[in-house]
Amino acid sequence: MKASSKNKQSISLKQFLSRPEITMTFVLIIFCLALTLASDVFATPQNILNILRQIAVYAILGIGEAYIIITGGIDLSVGSLVGWSACVGGVVAEWGWSPGMVLIAMLVAGIIPGIINGILVAWVGLPPFIATLGMLNIAYGGALMITKGFPIRYRGTWLHQFGGGYIGIVPISVIVTIVLVIIGYVIAEHTIFGRNIYALGNSEKAAKLSGIKTDYVKIMTYAITGLLAGVCAVIQVGLLGTADASLGQGAELDVIAAVVIGGISMSGGEGNIFGVLVGAMIMGVLRNAFVLLAVSGYAQIVALGVVVVIAVAVDSLRRKKATV
Amino acid sequence: MSEYICRIKNITKEFPGVKALNNVSFDIKRGEIHAIVGENGAGKSTLMNILSGVYQQSSGELEFDDEPVRFTSTKMARQKGISMIHQELSLAQHMTVAENVFQGRMLKNRFGFVDKKSMHEQTKTALERLGAGYIDANGLVSSLGISQKQLVEIAKAISTNAKLLIMDEPTASLTTNEIDFLLNVMRGLREEGVSILFITHKLEEVLAVADTISVLRDGEYIIRLDPKTTSMSEMIHHMVGRKSDFNSAREFMDSDSSSPVILEVKNLSVPGYVDDVSFQLRKGEVLGLTGLVGAGRSELLNAVFGYYGQVKGEIFLKGEKVTIRSCTDAISKGIGLVPENRKEAGLFLKMAVRDNMVLVYARTHSKGPFMNMKSTTDLAEEYIEKISIKTPSIMQTIVNLSGGNQQKVIIARWLLQKPDILMLDEPTHGIDVGAKEEIYALINDIAKQGISVILLSSELPEILRMSDRVMVMHRGKLKGILDHKEAEQVKIMNLIFDQEIGMTT
Repeated sequence: MKASSKNKQSISLKQFLSRPEITMTFVLIIFCLALTLASDVFATPQNILNILRQIAVYAILGIGEAYIIITGGIDLSVGSLVGWSACVGGVVAEWGWSPGMVLIAMLVAGIIPGIINGILVAWVGLPPFIATLGMLNIAYGGALMITKGFPIRYRGTWLHQFGGGYIGIVPISVIVTIVLVIIGYVIAEHTIFGRNIYALGNSEKAAKLSGIKTDYVKIMTYAITGLLAGVCAVIQVGLLGTADASLGQGAELDVIAAVVIGGISMSGGEGNIFGVLVGAMIMGVLRNAFVLLAVSGYAQIVALGVVVVIAVAVDSLRRKKATV
Repeated sequence: MSEYICRIKNITKEFPGVKALNNVSFDIKRGEIHAIVGENGAGKSTLMNILSGVYQQSSGELEFDDEPVRFTSTKMARQKGISMIHQELSLAQHMTVAENVFQGRMLKNRFGFVDKKSMHEQTKTALERLGAGYIDANGLVSSLGISQKQLVEIAKAISTNAKLLIMDEPTASLTTNEIDFLLNVMRGLREEGVSILFITHKLEEVLAVADTISVLRDGEYIIRLDPKTTSMSEMIHHMVGRKSDFNSAREFMDSDSSSPVILEVKNLSVPGYVDDVSFQLRKGEVLGLTGLVGAGRSELLNAVFGYYGQVKGEIFLKGEKVTIRSCTDAISKGIGLVPENRKEAGLFLKMAVRDNMVLVYARTHSKGPFMNMKSTTDLAEEYIEKISIKTPSIMQTIVNLSGGNQQKVIIARWLLQKPDILMLDEPTHGIDVGAKEEIYALINDIAKQGISVILLSSELPEILRMSDRVMVMHRGKLKGILDHKEAEQVKIMNLIFDQEIGMTT
């Protein structure tokens, strides 16, 4: 009896291998193996950690973006929320707030526009694309206003450790990223809130009829994304030592790309949070490859575009095949 | 010219791992209505898809209009004279009726522009042939009701001079008088010499309209029946391959039963849908709810369930007045709803069977934010066993289950809650005969456990068979509540169409 119930739960190896995030993990491994052969520098711990540090922001923002995309929404404001939070932090630091208070200010600065995004989508009923496109500009403009367009230098404090510090040879930002991805995964798969996110993305009506407070779930996903933008702001100012309104500009596209490459369907309702890390890694490894192989920066942009299109095309084709 | 329009000879269709059709042979006469019946998965759809050029047979031959054919596309089948009318209508909503009728073959005038005038005229002629001249050929399809859309689909088919019309569940979403109209249209087409292949779950329609009945089961051709000499239970017998216990009735509850009133609804209104409805529901009772589509039946259930927020009227549970502001409230007060339209409103299609089943339970029964994986997994397995849900694993994505099993998962979702009241909105819509029987048995069981059931259905045999009392709605108003002893088809029909009881016999 015990054995048979075990058996019922497990899914076949074939089903497991056909999951998009697993396919993309193999793609990532193949890229890495190829690069190990092509370049002596690639497989050094230094280089790998460097890649991870570069993708930290995309992976962290990707967790929140993935939640939103799974519910069936999208958030275009993630990039400029990073810039906005960093600038708020810079301003209050200049006022002489303690590093702890600056940290809290940055996180709150991220959460508030996130909640506003959520309210616009859930209560006002704006399409997520429009609500967050508006917020993209509001946050960027707001950041320019409070800094008058000039970068703000941060005094060095312990706060910088999140972006610039190391434990041994491992950057703290990489540790933060991995911890957040694990937490993000556990929330998605093992909490009731997480399962409600997926349920909402499958059918809003069915979710409502199951007693799920759909408005609350939506607002929470945008708020979480805002909070993560605040975290990224802390990492970025730690790395750069300055806050600048243009920080994070355009990041939303790379974040969405990472989410999509990681196998999270744009049509909502499915996907695995670890896929976000895989998607971000693929993009990071590709960028790194172009540098190591000394290919022009312009070709790099083209290649990233191609990868995104291929990743989505593979997903669509599989979906088509599954429905016939 | 032979007497047959289409001869199907030893057709076999294999999909990876499944033989969907196995050596099927039969003939369709010119100008006959040929019904195909069988349970879901019997191979009906596969057969239709081969005839209409969607799939190609693995082996076997097709002869159409006295010549051997092999269709490689739907266009080819259409050119030969086979038109299929799909279950999900395939009309362009924001285009006119005439444009839809000429979809893919629009007429051109001598300047090469679309010739709207001729298209309009020909569409009008086609619609008049169907007795539906009242439909405006220049109107937008989106403004039409579902039965009118169906007529547009048929007009589209006959305007291409189709010789064989394949109709897949054409009456699934129609009301009783719309069905009658459609069946008459079909008879009219037969008079004109058009052959119709009619696929349906509704066996009374088969008996009413078909000239020949073919039964498929598990991909095999079982038997050819003559509707004049066969009966519904004989058909079912061949479809399921075992003796049908169609007439196994439940033990009805008497109207003077001492069973306590569990739910009392007083003067409930939903503007535009439900108008001042009051009724009572007893413990362990099955209360049938019927009426025309659009009579406000689903809206009544949704309102009691809190889907529209707080509505006008009073609701008493076990004698106590309650306020229901949301579905969450209704659930916490012991009410469950299996909604109409399983795929959109009931299921989370891309999620596992387990998650679909335990989602509500996990939320209402766990103390912290985490799902208790072990207890929910055990519960899911227990209920899969208990109400015999057929699934390879509890982690199977629910979209892969058959309609009947999907519905059972949703029912299980509420049984886990141990509710006082379970409302079922068209629970057997679009599921096959065998699975229907299982759902009936399940409802019977639920009522025996003391759970009160409201069963909303458009199918009168279902209502009559299951209900202790029958509630009939017409245009938002409650027209009457009949005890099972007085409930019979004619009386209910009179209430459904808002006629005084006794006026017609």
